[in-house]
Amino acid sequence: MIDLPLPETPLRIQRDRDALAEAPALRRTLIGFAVTVLTLFLFLPLATVFIEAFGKGVAGFLNALSDAEVQSSIKLTLIVATICVPINTAFGIAAAWAVARFEFTGKSALVTFIDLPFSVSPVIAGLCCVLLFGARGLLGPQLASYGVEVIFAIPGIVLATLFVTFPFVARELIPLMQQQGSDDEQAALTLGASGWRMFLTVTLPNVKWGLLYGVLLCNARAMGEFGAVAVVSGRIRGGTSTMPLQVEALYNDYNMVGAFAVASLLALLALITLIVKTFLEWRFTGELALRRRT
Amino acid sequence: MRTVLLKPSPLPGFTPALGAALLWLGLLVLIPLAALVWRASGLGLSGILAIAGQPRVAAALKLSFGLSLLAAALNVVLGGVVAWVLTRYEFPGRRLLDAAVDLPFALPTAVAGIALTAVYAPNGWIGAPLDALGFKVAFTPLGIFIALVFIGLPFMVRSVEPVLSEVEPEIEEASATLGASRLRTIFQVVLPPLVPAFLTGFALALARAVGEYGSVVFISGNIPFVSEIAPLLIVVRLEEFDEAGATAVATIMLALSFAILLIINLVQAHVRRRTGHD
Repeated sequence: MIDLPLPETPLRIQRDRDALAEAPALRRTLIGFAVTVLTLFLFLPLATVFIEAFGKGVAGFLNALSDAEVQSSIKLTLIVATICVPINTAFGIAAAWAVARFEFTGKSALVTFIDLPFSVSPVIAGLCCVLLFGARGLLGPQLASYGVEVIFAIPGIVLATLFVTFPFVARELIPLMQQQGSDDEQAALTLGASGWRMFLTVTLPNVKWGLLYGVLLCNARAMGEFGAVAVVSGRIRGGTSTMPLQVEALYNDYNMVGAFAVASLLALLALITLIVKTFLEWRFTGELALRRRT
Repeated sequence: MRTVLLKPSPLPGFTPALGAALLWLGLLVLIPLAALVWRASGLGLSGILAIAGQPRVAAALKLSFGLSLLAAALNVVLGGVVAWVLTRYEFPGRRLLDAAVDLPFALPTAVAGIALTAVYAPNGWIGAPLDALGFKVAFTPLGIFIALVFIGLPFMVRSVEPVLSEVEPEIEEASATLGASRLRTIFQVVLPPLVPAFLTGFALALARAVGEYGSVVFISGNIPFVSEIAPLLIVVRLEEFDEAGATAVATIMLALSFAILLIINLVQAHVRRRTGHD
């Protein structure tokens, strides 16, 4: 730029901006770097799933999904999620009510224990179930004498899934409810509402979007859990194989179209979860807690 | 002085809510974990250490913890830059990138595993050019490293992002006014308060990576002594009906993880005390 006697004000603005921003070249490099990292690690793998799934065209994709074992794995996954998500949602609401609305001894210990499944490997979660209910486990022989099978059967899959999806709803609700405070609820009680009425007409509507988000995350994990379920299921094809286990089985058979077709359904579920999440964050920023995530 | 177990509150439902929470927690989480502790105590400390000393077990533990630490360390840089770019710059596609960061949280690990393998295999999109250069990624420890970076990245970004967006512009203005260059402002004014957030992200990414199974087993090749991770070794031992061996590996993994997390927590507390930031 040619040096001209410019008025003082614009010149100062120009210099302020330089001092508070990175040089354009650095800025472009950083953006390019971030885009490259996310492309290599996130977008390419995701795209691969769908491209491989349709490797033999739409007919090949549909053919792979109509396989009896695949159908049975889809059904089992839906059953497991249908059992686990409501149970852990109920727990999450109860835990959040106790933790976010009351001060009591041992509260921080309770919160730590609620988070525990996040820091335990899914494989170890499965191992715990085996040690408890396996053929040589603590309770296994006893239950077997009553004809109850847990390991290598559906109850084991449900238990392992309950363990790994345990914290999701509580973790969304606790910070949100703490942030909101209990003024609305106390007002409802003062106006004569019963406890249940307060809960149904004040508490639940206040947290509904956070709750929905927690349920979605819980569901995504319940349907997609692999490590814990792999340990307890025995991988009986057409019997105790959930969708992620079926992906593994087909992959190990070198049936790539089949493996990626089932995987694409799970990836689609993940995408829907992310889209709903992004929408909720965009639309209801104030009604979702600013979360520190694990 | 009388200990107050429950601070009085006008709100109802404490007992049933806490009761249900404790019952669920006990049945679903604590009793299964107690089974592990029970089994481990049956082995005794010497029994566990003897198993930990077996060459194959020691190799798996070293591989798992070593690669997890390296992956979390790389994520400090990658996650830091991604968080910076997402909070500081406005550019087309920013919202898409921001949403995509959570993909490893939402994508089932088995799906991530076969997808990463397909991309980084010798005939894959990235694997093929790397193979031509002489780098093998899939079915080597490098492949495990890639998978661990993948699953750790969102933990780092999401830990740093909220703190970074709360840095007050006044501080940066003050630093600039006092004559600091932009880089000096970033490294001496903006980044130091973010250290606890980076440590949180590091700890979360590390804890997840150590226990990760699904996204690793496909890309790792699973060769004992070379590319066999500790969680896989637990599965192998269980398939051999060696529950004692599986229990020992799991106990050592948990003990090491908690020890590392404790150290990170102590460092974090120390940093907070010294700087007054959190």
